[in-house]
Amino acid sequence: MENVFEIHDLSSWFGENQVLKKIRMDIARYSVTSVMGPSGCGKSTFIRCLNRMHDMTPGFRLSGQILLDGVDIHSEQIDPVYLRRRVGMVFQQPNPFPRMSVFENVAVGLKLNGKAHSRADIAERVERSLVMAALWNEVKDHLDQPGISLSGGQQQRLCIARALAVEPEVLLMDEPCSALDPASTAKIEELIEDLSEKYTIAVVTHNMQQAARISDQVAFFLMGELIEMDKSGKIFTNPSDKRTEQYITGRFG
Amino acid sequence: MAARSGKITKDFVFEKASAFFASVVLFLAVLLFAVLLRESIPALRKFGASFLVTGTWDPVLERFGALPFLFGTLVSSFLALLIAVPLSVGAAIFINEFAPPWLKAPVSLLAELLAAIPSVIYGLWGIFVLVPILRDGLMKPLTKYLGWIPLFKGPVYGPSMLAAGVLLAIMIIPFILSVSREVLATIPQRQKEAVLSLGGTRWEMIRIVIGQHCIPGIFGATVLGLGRALGETMAVTMVIGNRPEIFASLFQQGYSMAAVIANEFAEAGGLQLSSLVLIGLLLMLLTLVVNFAAKGMLSKMVARASRGI
Repeated sequence: MENVFEIHDLSSWFGENQVLKKIRMDIARYSVTSVMGPSGCGKSTFIRCLNRMHDMTPGFRLSGQILLDGVDIHSEQIDPVYLRRRVGMVFQQPNPFPRMSVFENVAVGLKLNGKAHSRADIAERVERSLVMAALWNEVKDHLDQPGISLSGGQQQRLCIARALAVEPEVLLMDEPCSALDPASTAKIEELIEDLSEKYTIAVVTHNMQQAARISDQVAFFLMGELIEMDKSGKIFTNPSDKRTEQYITGRFG
Repeated sequence: MAARSGKITKDFVFEKASAFFASVVLFLAVLLFAVLLRESIPALRKFGASFLVTGTWDPVLERFGALPFLFGTLVSSFLALLIAVPLSVGAAIFINEFAPPWLKAPVSLLAELLAAIPSVIYGLWGIFVLVPILRDGLMKPLTKYLGWIPLFKGPVYGPSMLAAGVLLAIMIIPFILSVSREVLATIPQRQKEAVLSLGGTRWEMIRIVIGQHCIPGIFGATVLGLGRALGETMAVTMVIGNRPEIFASLFQQGYSMAAVIANEFAEAGGLQLSSLVLIGLLLMLLTLVVNFAAKGMLSKMVARASRGI
């Protein structure tokens, strides 16, 4: 299978504090990759490197290479603004824009960078994104209500729709269910499976069951190191590394 | 038991003492209002509501109206806002979002030091530096080429509504700036990241999150600045020209409510004195209303921010 991301020896630091140590990882197109590990293992830091979300964090630096379709995302050829259009992101807390309606929240990305879309085009893309985010049926009759009037789970799907509207290739999700109840979590997990037909998805989670349910491959991080990465069936039944085994059997984390 | 009751007594004394001090403050405010009201009664009786719309200020004929001063105070203050708000908000955005860390502290410290300069110093600087610069660099050329526009009509003297507005703007920048910075600091990080993650530029990020979170706060900061500008006395008195008339031109001289009180109070008596006190009462009510409005808007915004939206 073709790789979307190829990551070579990625290390990163916040000031003096090294948070990632020589990570090597490939992420295949149209796969779901879970990144799991205990708090502070660097999993969120890692995923945020993939769309250069740390660019504005003072004191952050990294070494190594992150190749997107074979091109280093830190090379001059790549503008971080366009990188983020190809690599979308969904955050831990649902973060719709508070003064925008449901419709405007999804449309906001289409209006960035001076891109002019016709009204009909925007309406069509908003609908398509909401359908893909499995939210359309719930909101189609009140698109002009504020986005924050939706429930937490709906807000998170709204944020997914917002990310999908700019048509990224990759969707990064940083613990997308940690602020949601079990029913909403189940919906998002189902959605991740559906989306993986068209998108490459990387999900950070500290929930092992979730990683087992949704992913093709699972990466286990511990203290900034990638301990093991394998097919999800293998890693939960027959991990190669003792530390992975200890983690999945609940010995720590 | 004795020790405990001793403690209760101390608490009791402390509570009552602090309540007493608090009530003194309240009492002073009420007293201030009562004295202003009492002293202005002769003018109120004589002129009534027409005091607000009368444009004459004639101590010889004893005919007094507040309109030129109301006009001067409001126009110079709004002019100041027009200049100070974009500058302050722009500076706040720069300091909070763009300035490298080593530059933040000195720039914001210098801007805030502007607030510590006594207003009479501003006035002196206004007379000797600002007014000549405005007169020769701005007013004369504008009158020459655009004098047909009523706003820029000559003749040019120097001390003017424009000079008062510009000087006030400089004086209220530190207040609007520091409140704007606080307002910008309440923007949740995750909202900024949301814009960035959609492929927004830094400018788009700022524009969107300010639109989403900061409009009431910046409006509150503006009104707070207005409250300061309305009551400013010394500096305005020194550059506004002190002429109790109403002109459309910004280059003409004017007068403000605070300035007329400062200039005439010492030598006034009778109805003139009462009229001055009435102007003072009006000014106090005006600034009270404006300040309460600003506080209300800001506290609403802080409440919203604490709910994380």
